[in-house]
Amino acid sequence: MAVKELICITCPRGCHLTVDENLVVKGNFCPRGAVYGKQEVTNPTRIVTSTVRISGAELPLCPVKTAQPIPKGKMGDIMASINKVSLNAPIRIGDVVIANVAGTGVDVVATRNMDKVF
Amino acid sequence: MINKDLVIIGGGSAGMAAAVGAYDHGVKDILIIERSPFLGGILNQCIHNGFGLTEFKEELTGPEFAYRFIEQVKTRRIPYVLESTVTSINRDKLVIYTSAKEGVVEVQAKAIIMATGCYERSAGAIGIPGDRPAGILTAGQAQLFLNEYGYLCGKRIFILGSGDIGLIMARRLTLEGAKVLGVAEIMPWSNGLNRNMVQCLFDFGIPLYLSHTVSKVVGKERVERIEISQVDAHMKAIPGTEQSFNVDSLILSIGLIPNNDLLNSISCTMSRTRGAIVNEHFETDIDGIFSCGNVLHVHDLVDNVVAEAREAGKGVALYLEGKLPREDRIIACLAGDGVGYVVPQKIALDESDDSLLFKFRVKAPSKNVFIEYAFNGEVIKRVFKPVIIPSEMEIESFPKNLLKSNQGTLTVSLKAKEA
Repeated sequence: MAVKELICITCPRGCHLTVDENLVVKGNFCPRGAVYGKQEVTNPTRIVTSTVRISGAELPLCPVKTAQPIPKGKMGDIMASINKVSLNAPIRIGDVVIANVAGTGVDVVATRNMDKVF
Repeated sequence: MINKDLVIIGGGSAGMAAAVGAYDHGVKDILIIERSPFLGGILNQCIHNGFGLTEFKEELTGPEFAYRFIEQVKTRRIPYVLESTVTSINRDKLVIYTSAKEGVVEVQAKAIIMATGCYERSAGAIGIPGDRPAGILTAGQAQLFLNEYGYLCGKRIFILGSGDIGLIMARRLTLEGAKVLGVAEIMPWSNGLNRNMVQCLFDFGIPLYLSHTVSKVVGKERVERIEISQVDAHMKAIPGTEQSFNVDSLILSIGLIPNNDLLNSISCTMSRTRGAIVNEHFETDIDGIFSCGNVLHVHDLVDNVVAEAREAGKGVALYLEGKLPREDRIIACLAGDGVGYVVPQKIALDESDDSLLFKFRVKAPSKNVFIEYAFNGEVIKRVFKPVIIPSEMEIESFPKNLLKSNQGTLTVSLKAKEA
């Protein structure tokens, strides 16, 4: 593997990283960049955020996220699962919406409190 | 009429944090006035993650970040009204708002904080040539429709402007099944954060056309096709470089404009970037009226907005205690070579703090440069920057004791490193 150039996405700072064949990361401002650099060339992961339908709340949608980063290649499967679910208000931040989504071992959780209004 | 020590106009991130900052510095008689049905402002429609790394040391989505501040407001029992629109303010700090529930309400405030955020630059502002069909909307509109109401604005989409909301919408629309054919940016560099380029465009193979703009919109009822062209150094479309895309929607992410109608209506002094001119406590040139957050200047990160807003809240506390200098022994702060703007634009030099934060943006990406602070022509501070880009706001601490006089001009400029 040749030296790979990456832009760290761990935080908005966006450090320019290089990762060599021995997985040595350079250019990172903080330790999280080194973890990201290694991860990105071996098994890239992302947090997926989306919405699911909800009944009984003031809005028709409840925003959700994967509680941990999931493998990048699983994004499509996860979106398909998310689009099949619907909820009933009330929902609190952190409530599990889908457990072990798409076999990743990661839960999809709610990210907004949705009070019951009708 | 009711009386309040502090009225805060806007219940988004800036308004809530300003309320918390003021409260924690002793101002207890506060009213937050919010136009929408929820506290939280634009954060509620920003369902992506990446908020809060500085503020909470963890990565939150917009609604989660908003919730943390809603809780801070509620635990302090700071009163707020929702679905209430401020229709006028005056220089004596009389605020009038209307709501369906209360009708017209007059509030006499001792201080006001403006925390009204921005609105988006729209199609009319840039004069795109061609037809005017349905299907042209701003990135924030598309985001609100999709994330809070569940409407996908189109199936084949082109995005003009590489601002962060545009990049984030490219990903979001793709995940919801739309095809995003590309993003055009008129500048030779992206206006979004690096991380958004990676995880919103590169992850999905969405092409970015730098130094390109939309040169034609075609469509009778609905957008049918757009053309983009490369631009020259003067940002004029170059004939012969047209590329055509069959799309049903054009999304604009072409900038944010501070929502300063109320301050303009009372002739508050404004800067070139359309925010108010403020001192280091965020007081405008109108006695007791303060401004913070995106209505003052556009921030990249909400973490910086809430930090700034808390300072504005503290500024109100100092004002109400009579500790802000009324006499303008003022130092003017100017943007020099290579610097687009500086906040604050004035320094009051009171005794309350030893240092202040300068915030500014550079005009173009640069490497190996010094930020140079010159007071009345004499260089008093230099900071080396290996890399500096316009899409990331610079925040620099500045010790007030470097200013040896309480009159004069401080200029912040960019200087190339001598070879």
